[in-house]
Amino acid sequence: MKTAKYNLVLYVAGATPRAVAALENLKSICEEHLKGEYTITVIDLVKNPKLAKGDQIVAIPTLVRKLPPPLKRMIGDLADREKVLVGLNLISTKQGVV
Amino acid sequence: MPKPRINSGKPNPQLAKCPTGIHGLDEITLGGLPRGRTSLVCGATGCGKTLLAMEFLYRGATEFGEPGVFMSFEEREKDLAENFASLGFDLDSLIKRDKLFVDFVRIEPGEHQEVGAYDLEGLFVRLGAAVDAVGAKRVVLDTIEALFSGFKDEAMLRAELRRLFNWLKDRGLTAIVTGEKGEKLLTRNGLEEYVADCVIYLDHRTVEQVATRRLKVIKYRGSMHGTNEFPFLVTAEGISIFPMTSMGLTAGVSPRRLSSGIPGLDKMLAGKGYYQGSTILVSGSAGSGKTSFGAHLADSVCRAGRRALYLAFEESEPQLARNMKSIGLDLQKWLDKGLLKVVSNRASLCNLEMHLVLAHKAVKEFKPELVIIDPISTLSAHGDAYGAKEMLARLLESMKTSGITVLATDLTVMDENMESTEVGISSICDTWIRLSMERQGHERQRRITIVKSRGMAHDYATKELLMTGKGMAIGDIRGNGEGK
Repeated sequence: MKTAKYNLVLYVAGATPRAVAALENLKSICEEHLKGEYTITVIDLVKNPKLAKGDQIVAIPTLVRKLPPPLKRMIGDLADREKVLVGLNLISTKQGVV
Repeated sequence: MPKPRINSGKPNPQLAKCPTGIHGLDEITLGGLPRGRTSLVCGATGCGKTLLAMEFLYRGATEFGEPGVFMSFEEREKDLAENFASLGFDLDSLIKRDKLFVDFVRIEPGEHQEVGAYDLEGLFVRLGAAVDAVGAKRVVLDTIEALFSGFKDEAMLRAELRRLFNWLKDRGLTAIVTGEKGEKLLTRNGLEEYVADCVIYLDHRTVEQVATRRLKVIKYRGSMHGTNEFPFLVTAEGISIFPMTSMGLTAGVSPRRLSSGIPGLDKMLAGKGYYQGSTILVSGSAGSGKTSFGAHLADSVCRAGRRALYLAFEESEPQLARNMKSIGLDLQKWLDKGLLKVVSNRASLCNLEMHLVLAHKAVKEFKPELVIIDPISTLSAHGDAYGAKEMLARLLESMKTSGITVLATDLTVMDENMESTEVGISSICDTWIRLSMERQGHERQRRITIVKSRGMAHDYATKELLMTGKGMAIGDIRGNGEGK
């Protein structure tokens, strides 16, 4: 498998409604804007608590954009689509720069 | 809003305590922190919160067989280990042996974007994993207030904090959370709202160029505790708190007598000397023989094979040994045998509180039957404004309660001032002996008067105190006239 341009890691803790919603929101955004260019890895900290340390996870859900650099972190259920797009540098804010 | 009525129905006849092992703290709290509960330790930056919290875990792991988790929000694992190594706390060794788990949780303000609803389950997962990893009984969160700078959703944060404290309680963990001093509240973000059981406040003040650390138990639900501010030191072995415990008059009163080491004086004291465990005050002007007086008693105690501690504030150990040799007292012999210990600290070296902490520590470690404080006046002169006298009195009282005989010397400049310099401590002294210098013809003579001595028919006459090459002796006043 070739390395996708967008490497995204979603940290959750158990299959909570919020975790499910976050994953659905993420998939939907990626399908719309990054089709064929992304991979999503879901890490369930309930199963692998030790993995929380590496990315310094405190809030759940946390989305970490590993690629492309720079590393970006977002917390929340990703319901705010616009902010997620800004966070992923897919669109710029009105007053911001690309 | 009416107060929610919570009645767990669980009887709590005796609050279980979790000993901290921190010198003095368990005495103040009558046994330690509330077991299975969370305590808040708060204070300004640099007040010693992290130290107290870590020592709680360190002692727990090394002395009470209770592993601990230290969740640090400020310092990295490596920095913590380095800082505590300087205090002789080998954290790495504890970590290797699974007695301690240190987790640095980095929270950088603005390093993430908030895009929808979230909670802090990640923190719970990490804490849970850490607790399971070492089988922790104790937990420290230092300082959890860092969360407030990292997350914007304060309502969520507060709900999560409440959940966290319940989580700790449900698992029966004895925890310390630390909090930075706030403007109006005890802590910047009002952590005290969540911690109902025990709140400890640390303070670090600099008064007259002398830094003093103090500890106060603000709240301890369901338990008696000392309410004063207790000075503490950060020593080579961690925190040392001077408890000033007012243990009441529970000391067993000893009918046993203790020779003063001066034959004629024993005779004045109803023929048998002091009571063991009593407090003796020896006051007098410069050169009236106070130090020699104390040395005689020390010699007498050591001769009986018991330990004496000499807290010297004006002389060093060699000076004291040399000077006493000149009047025929071989203190060196007792020093060599380990029966006598001289702790020599210049009074101006540190403030009174520190002296008291050091004294308390020395007493606890050496376990003497006699403590000589020479002179007590240097101490009280240094910290009058801060209730120092009261503390001094408490130190004497605490030694008395432990059955330790105490002889304190007090320098009086003029007889007229006696009342003011001694009023603070003379009342708790059982025996008060006054030494003075009198001009008799062409020579100056030393005089001795027993002002009071509880529980015995002592001599009321003023006698002459003689210095000989074989020690002090008591004689009748020579020359004409009847003394004063």
